[in-house]
Amino acid sequence: MRRLRKVGNWTRKMAELGEADEAELQRLVAAEQQKAQFTAQVHHFMELCWDKCVEKPGNRLDSRTENCLSSCVDRFIDTTLAITSRFAQIVQRGGQ
Amino acid sequence: MEGGFGSDFGGSGGGKLDPGLIMEQVKVQIAVANAQELLQRMTDKCFRKCIGKPGGSLDNSEQKCIAMCMDRYMDAWNTVSRAYNSRLQRERANM
Repeated sequence: MRRLRKVGNWTRKMAELGEADEAELQRLVAAEQQKAQFTAQVHHFMELCWDKCVEKPGNRLDSRTENCLSSCVDRFIDTTLAITSRFAQIVQRGGQ
Repeated sequence: MEGGFGSDFGGSGGGKLDPGLIMEQVKVQIAVANAQELLQRMTDKCFRKCIGKPGGSLDNSEQKCIAMCMDRYMDAWNTVSRAYNSRLQRERANM
């Protein structure tokens, strides 16, 4: 997704764009960046959750596997929130 | 990529560049990068699941496993994608 940062540079360099066009381009690029961030996160979840939930690949994903994958996403997010909040407490207490 | 692409995007010697055409190129690039990422990770995971002790070639069962693994990987991708999207919507609703 490094290419998206380059797109930001392009918008600045392209003096041929009218102001309104440049603003619209920045909006469109921001929307694509958001979509790309979502996709990158899904790749990351797959990295973790495939190993946890999928055993030997069969003819279809059974419901246990599907539930495991869904739960995996939610529990990872819960873990992120738990760590963030507890870390904030630790830092506030002045601990290392 | 940065040099001389003005002409690719509807500009014609001093004319305005079209954001629509630029975005088409951007979306294609993103899609290509995503497909590459997907294939690399899928290959990794399916190699681990399907190939035990590496032999002289991929036998029939290994090839079948790889094919199934690819399909299941994409099914799993969709499941994870849906779950993540739902969670994001739930979080937004709670804000």
